[in-house]
Parts: sequence; structure tokens; C-alpha cells
Amino acid sequence: MRKAVATWMLVFGCIIVIGLSAPVSAGQKVLKVGTYGGYFKDSFDKHIFPDFTKETGIKIESIAEPTGEAWLVQLEQAARAGQAPADVSMIAQTPMLRGQRSQLWAPLDLKKIPNSKYLLPQFIHRYKDGRVDGIGAVSWYITLVSNTNVFKQPPKSWADMWTPDKKDKLGLLALPSNSFLLEITAKTFFGGYDILNSKEGISKVLKKLAEIKPNVKLWYRDEGQFQQALQSGEIPMGQYYHDVAGLLAADGHPVRSTFPKEGGVNDSGCWAVSKASKKLEEAYIFINYMCRPDIQAKLARKVGTAPTVRREATGLTDAEFAAVSSDIPPLIPRYDLYTGDLSDWINQKWTEMVTR
Amino acid sequence: MKAQRPRGIGAYLAFFYPALMLGFFFVIPFATMVAVSFFHRQPGAFYIPAFELDNYRALATPLFSRVLVFSLLLGALCAALCVAAGLPFTYFITRLKRRFQVVWLVFLLAVLSLSEVIIGFSWSLLLSRTAGISNLLVRLGLMDHAVSWSPGLAALVLGLCYLAFPYTVLVLYPPLSRLDPALPEAARTLGASPLRTFFTVVVGTLRDAIVAAFIMVFVFTLGAYLLPQILGRPHHWTLSVLITDQAIYQSNMPQAAAMAIFFMGVSLALVGLTMVLGKRRRPAND
Repeated sequence: MRKAVATWMLVFGCIIVIGLSAPVSAGQKVLKVGTYGGYFKDSFDKHIFPDFTKETGIKIESIAEPTGEAWLVQLEQAARAGQAPADVSMIAQTPMLRGQRSQLWAPLDLKKIPNSKYLLPQFIHRYKDGRVDGIGAVSWYITLVSNTNVFKQPPKSWADMWTPDKKDKLGLLALPSNSFLLEITAKTFFGGYDILNSKEGISKVLKKLAEIKPNVKLWYRDEGQFQQALQSGEIPMGQYYHDVAGLLAADGHPVRSTFPKEGGVNDSGCWAVSKASKKLEEAYIFINYMCRPDIQAKLARKVGTAPTVRREATGLTDAEFAAVSSDIPPLIPRYDLYTGDLSDWINQKWTEMVTR
Repeated sequence: MKAQRPRGIGAYLAFFYPALMLGFFFVIPFATMVAVSFFHRQPGAFYIPAFELDNYRALATPLFSRVLVFSLLLGALCAALCVAAGLPFTYFITRLKRRFQVVWLVFLLAVLSLSEVIIGFSWSLLLSRTAGISNLLVRLGLMDHAVSWSPGLAALVLGLCYLAFPYTVLVLYPPLSRLDPALPEAARTLGASPLRTFFTVVVGTLRDAIVAAFIMVFVFTLGAYLLPQILGRPHHWTLSVLITDQAIYQSNMPQAAAMAIFFMGVSLALVGLTMVLGKRRRPAND
């Protein structure tokens, strides 16, 4: 009996101590920032967030986002309950557009982000009525990666994935909206995106894409599923993120990333603020800081992402720029396919193609 | 025997608490899911409250039926394998000294602490060409060269059984340890071989527990959605994988909810059928 009393006293004691200590730390401003979990978040935690806190006094609570749409669903559901799991999140283009439909993103005032003047015009994301809802955070490429121990010569074209000698050797992203394989196939075999304008055209592209299936060992949804197999050579080729492949190579793994002659897929992430967040002022300070050309240059050097600001402002050398980008014109995804009225039809046909 | 009425408010509170927990953690989320399954999907966005059957009508595709049948067959196969392996194993444990029994049970409980992700990645590594078990077999001279056993159906079944095996043993352990040792002994004294004793006496007495374990593993494997992605090929993706795709990647909650509820209905019907069949045969056996 006495033991029980002692336990309860301990519990209450802890509660009181926690209660007393909470107001002390509440004096410091905290901003919850979501970035993709794994290498990406680690790099931000190491190279970006500490300096930001030092300069502005705003503490960053770093949140690991799952890739792509999964985070959007969580943000959306939480916002319906008036919660924000992260105040500012890095959001790719497809989920940006999906979030717009339910007005998930808080409108942003460019006057409070003076550094936005350095941004390339395509990196200011807007609602259809012109309100700004996202500011380009980083841009990245999906390229053709290969294991250097298995493939001595780098591949040249996306078409190399279709050749019979790649049987059971490829890792590809499993969904149309994160692999952009429809765009890749259309550009590589049908001379451009025009064929993607009709259902008949998309069916033709899917048919061509189905020819690659015997070569695919893994259709992955999360990049972590592929990373280990790529490093070890278990699955020696596939599509992957240029920045992470660069980090892997820098760590000494036998991995190379190649920009195929048709171009790498250029996707980008915006900083967007959930409408449920109550930290809009801190969010402005953070977004403005991230738009600074020297911070964008640091991201290119340390994280391996391509800058969203004009290149001449960053002071990156030719070699540094070449490491994160390419002179070959990029493949820009057809985001309208995955957010428009055809999106469910495309997904249905895609799943039938992949799982058959 | 007379049923005793609960006395005082305290007794009612004892009922109230589980009812509250059941309502809070099961009934409310489930009701939400049922409601969402009738909502209207906005392509490229989320959903708006409505009442329509479109999400259920959309299930009438060859893709859905094929994946549904595959998922159920896969669940049944894993359940059969787990019970077939788990029953002799558990029987063997219960015949051990108490101390060794505890060691085995603690070990099995420790396996339960591993997540589906860890199990999936570990098996895919163990079955890989570059770092897997086949390298060991090559070293021992049993194989010519290392091969990859994953992904594939065998790898997937192995992973799922590994995941479900501890549960099978934990379900079978209590009835097996309560099994009167006099029964198999009597059978042996009357001249039955150990194998015959096991199949006629042990299996016969424990039919209810075996059915229970089978159903549990069956239902449990139906819910696995990571292992089919990691250890299976696309045509081994189960309905749970497709539901996850709809819910998480396409933000199509109404479709995902409709799939989940239909899937659950079919599974429950099968479970019910199994139990009814199990009961009906009883009088003939007793």
C-alpha cells in the first residue's frame, strides 16, 4: 500500500516538474518543419536548421515526412481537425495541386518574403486566382542510376532500360505520379508529350511501358526500399533521385547517376504552410531565409539539390552546378495527368498493367 | 444456475469501461469508415460527404476480383502452413520442462517485437544474391553460384509465416498445455504409434483451438501490406497493398474504404463458414 502511495507521489511530482519547466522553454519560438525522411532530413538537420536557429532564434522541430502523397493525406486529415503536424512542409508538385483543391495551403504574402525576388519564376506556386501558396524550396532530378560494379559503362538513354540484357535488373517507382514513367516513355519512344493528351494515346504508352516488366525486379514506393539493393548491386539499375545517388557515391558506394540524352525528370518541392498552422509569422522568416541565394548554394553543395533561385545569384561554380543539374533540357512532369479528371482512370490502367 | 444481477453502480461501471473503450477504439473509427465509403470522390482532390454507391460499383473490375481471390488464397495458404508447423512445435514445447518452456515462449514473444518493416527487409537481405543465405551454401559447396530467391511467391509466404508463427504458437499453447497427458499415454498404451497418437488424439481433441489458430493467421495475413511490396512481385500484391495505394497515394479515401469494407465482409463470411462447418461435423466425431 505504502509503495503505491510512493508511486503516485512520484507521478504527481513528475507532472508538477514538467508543468513548471514548460513555461521556461515556451519563451523560445518553435517552428515545425517537415522534410522527406532519410538522407534528406538528415542533411537539413545537419547543415541548415542549426544555422537558422543561430541566426533567428527560432528553434526548428524537424519532422520526417513520408514520400509524396502520404504526407498530404495526413496534413489534410489533421487540418480538418484543426491540427498541423508540421507548420511548414516541403511538398512536391502533385500533392501541391491536390492540396489546392481543398484550400489546404495558407495563402502567402510575397511582401513578407523579400528574398523571393531571387527565385526563378516557375518556383512561385499559385492558386488559380493568383494567390501564392508555395515557394520553391528545392528542385531535384530523377535520373537513370546504375551500379558501377555491374555496369562498367554508364547508360546513355532511358531506352537502355528496355533492352533484353537488363532482365530482372531494374528498380522503378511503383506509381504513375511519382515515377513519371509515362512522360519518360512518351519522350523516349513517341517523340514527346502530345500522345499523352488522349486516353488512346496513354493506352499506347502503357503498352510500350508494359514491355519493360520482365526487366523490373522491384517496383518501389519508398526510396528506402531500393537504396540498399542498388548499393549492393542486387538490383543494379533503375530510376532514382540524382541528389541521393550523389550522396551515396560520395560515401563510397559503387553508384552512379546519369542524365539520359532525353533528359532527367525535373521535379520540385515547395515550402507550403498548412492552413491549420498558427505560426505563419515564423514560417515567413523561415521561407525567406531558405530563399537566400547563399543558402540555396549551400543546399546544392551539401544536400545535392538544384537551386530554385537564379543561378548567377548563387555563385556556384560550373562544376558545382553540373553536379546537381544538367544542360540537357529536363523532362517536366505532366502534373495535370495526376490531378485532373483522368487521374483515377490512369491509376486504374496503370495498376492493371503493373500487376498483370 | 441463476444469473446474478450486478449490484451497485460499481458493477455497472465495470461493464461501462470496456464498452467505452470498444466504442472509442473500434465502433467510432469503423462507423467513420463505413460513412466515408459512401462519400463522393473528387478526382484529383479529396472527398465530399454524400451518399452514393459509386465506390462499391467501381469494385466490379477483373483486377479487383483477381487480387481479392489471390489475397484470400494467400491468407489460407499461410494459415495452413503456420498451423501445420505450429501444432507439432507447440506440442513439443508443452512436453518440455517448465523452465525450457518459458525460454521458448520468451523467445517467441521477442520475435513479436520486430516490426513488419524489419522482418521484410531482413528476409529480402537473407534471400538476396549479393548477401544472402545462398552465399553460405556456395561456401559449403552445396551450390555452384549464389542466386536470388526474392522477390517471389515463396519469399512472400516465408515472410508472412515468419510474422504469423509466434501468434499461432501463442494461440495453441494454452489448450495444448492443458491437454491431459493421460489421453496420449492411454493411446500409446493401447498400441498406437506416436504419430498416430498425435494425429488422432491430440489433433482430434484440439480441433477448436486449431480452427481458432487457422482463422487468426488467415485474418492476420490479410492485413499485411508491406511484405507483399518488399518480398513479392507486383502480381503478388494483396488487396491491402491496393487499399494503401488508394488511401495514401491517390488520396482516394472513399474508394479505399469501400474496398476495405467489401474485403472485410468477404473475409468474415469465410470465417463464419469455417466455424459453421467446424461445428456441424462435431456430433459425428464425438
